[in-house]
Amino acid sequence: MTATNPTPETPGPTRPRRAAPLTRRVLAQARFETMTMVRNGEQLLLLVILPVLALVALTATDLLDGFRTAGASRADVAVPGILVLCVLSNAFSGQGIQTGFDRRYGVLRYLSTTPLGRAGLIAGKLLAILAVLAVQYLIVAVVALWLGWHPSAPAVLGSIPLLVLVALTFTGLGLLIAGTLRAEATLAVLNVVWVALAAGGGVIFPASSLPAWLSWLVSWLPSSAAGEALRACFLHGTVDAPALVVLAVWAVLSWAATLRWFKWV
Amino acid sequence: MPTQPEHTTRPAAPPDAGTAALRISDLVKTFEGRGEPVHAVRGLSMAAHAGRITALLGANGAGKSTTLQCAQGLQQPTAGSVRLLGADPWRAAPDLRARVGVMLQDGGLPQAVRPGELLRHVSRLYADPVPAPELMDVLGIGSFAHTPVRRLSGGQKQRVALAAALVGRPEVLFLDEPSAGLDPRSRHLVFELVQRLRDRGTCIILTTHLMDDAARLADYVYILDRGTVAAQGTVAELVSAQRDAPLVMTVTLAPEHAAALRADPPWRTPRFHDIAWTVKDRTVTLTGPLDAGHVREITAWATRNETLPEALSVQPRSLEDVFLDVSGRDLP
Repeated sequence: MTATNPTPETPGPTRPRRAAPLTRRVLAQARFETMTMVRNGEQLLLLVILPVLALVALTATDLLDGFRTAGASRADVAVPGILVLCVLSNAFSGQGIQTGFDRRYGVLRYLSTTPLGRAGLIAGKLLAILAVLAVQYLIVAVVALWLGWHPSAPAVLGSIPLLVLVALTFTGLGLLIAGTLRAEATLAVLNVVWVALAAGGGVIFPASSLPAWLSWLVSWLPSSAAGEALRACFLHGTVDAPALVVLAVWAVLSWAATLRWFKWV
Repeated sequence: MPTQPEHTTRPAAPPDAGTAALRISDLVKTFEGRGEPVHAVRGLSMAAHAGRITALLGANGAGKSTTLQCAQGLQQPTAGSVRLLGADPWRAAPDLRARVGVMLQDGGLPQAVRPGELLRHVSRLYADPVPAPELMDVLGIGSFAHTPVRRLSGGQKQRVALAAALVGRPEVLFLDEPSAGLDPRSRHLVFELVQRLRDRGTCIILTTHLMDDAARLADYVYILDRGTVAAQGTVAELVSAQRDAPLVMTVTLAPEHAAALRADPPWRTPRFHDIAWTVKDRTVTLTGPLDAGHVREITAWATRNETLPEALSVQPRSLEDVFLDVSGRDLP
């Protein structure tokens, strides 16, 4: 330890302090959040390895053969659901768990006292989610192409705004849980819900594969709406308007609830 | 109604009103929840000035943390006003937050990140930050800059949290229990740094439960009790203002003489009528309006018993005595 002056050239507090520009602050936070996320081993398992394993398993078995449309390969049927699973892992479980522990350790409190502020922190998290999603899409696409995926260019383009809407919806839900429950409860709830939605939430297997009464119920979930919207986009080249409405309603409700009940302290 | 200049509508302000970096007036914070509402702060007023260290002392639950959180913009007051550098911290713009540094009691550090990365990241939020390497050098962080926060000791985390609070060259610096977990050498280093920042004009607001820290650092002290200010003043004012400025005499004796003193205490005489006393191990503590006569009686007793006290001192009451007096009155 040296006993030098911490700010030798500073002429004292008369010089006004300013924040870095907004875009620089938000980009810095997005970079920081992305780095934290992809460096965590458990997160990497959730973000990339599990979706890719699921993709391989679905193309190696006949589980989805009942949903194949004319000319569609197994990979073609599997990819839309796998992309939704990626969003679930990223926006919902991943960022939800990270935010829950950030809240527990006072990181949210500290950062909201810096020039970043509360809005900048949320904006940074959203950008980080989108950055991670782009990497996930890329990895899934490379593996899927190798497994026989034949997407049309308009479908790939159309899937991008869809996935952004899905990411917004699940970020809202993840933050709502992270901002209202204890960190350990957040961890448990988000992991259990991830498994439940992945298996029976209409993500990988369309809700129509479930018993009729359950299928009707599940079709109102954001996970099922996301799955349907992506499948309509990739397999039929159409826009599933009812699914988009369901997703939008979930997005609005989850963000309204998050803004109302999220506890920073 | 035509708008009037602000100063004509306000009551005469105290002379220092213009220079206060933080001014809290009649702050009330009540937490509504399940069950009874919790009245954490009930009508608290205080000010903190540039170039001064202002300490908030108080037992757990006295309202220190809630007051700080309202001042930092982390809580919205139920009633009353908080002005931080002339603005409302709850709605603070980024440029206002750039002028304020906060060191939280539990650090507020992400556990998986390394201190070096964290400080480099935080420095990107400011237009004119202290370069991270410089800050790490001053606070001796270099040796563990690449160790994840979760593996650092309490004192190391504490230094990283202080560095994070200083990145933006703050005009107002909040320190919540700054010396918790620090070894004596780090504590000395941190205190010197804090005093140097004060001397350069930083407004420093700290909470502590260590009276020695407050006595050594603070220019002005607020003692909080049950959500309001129970006493305030400089340390010198606080220790002399109480109950006719009583003094404290401590006498330390060899073990065998301590026993003799307990068996035949000189303070059974009328002169010691107003003096409170306690004996603990080999040390006798007498508190009250002491004068030379009392000292003479004690030394006379020592002469009679052919002993020399190992230590004998007469001092003003300490800040801790005042604190216990003011904040512990009605404790069960």
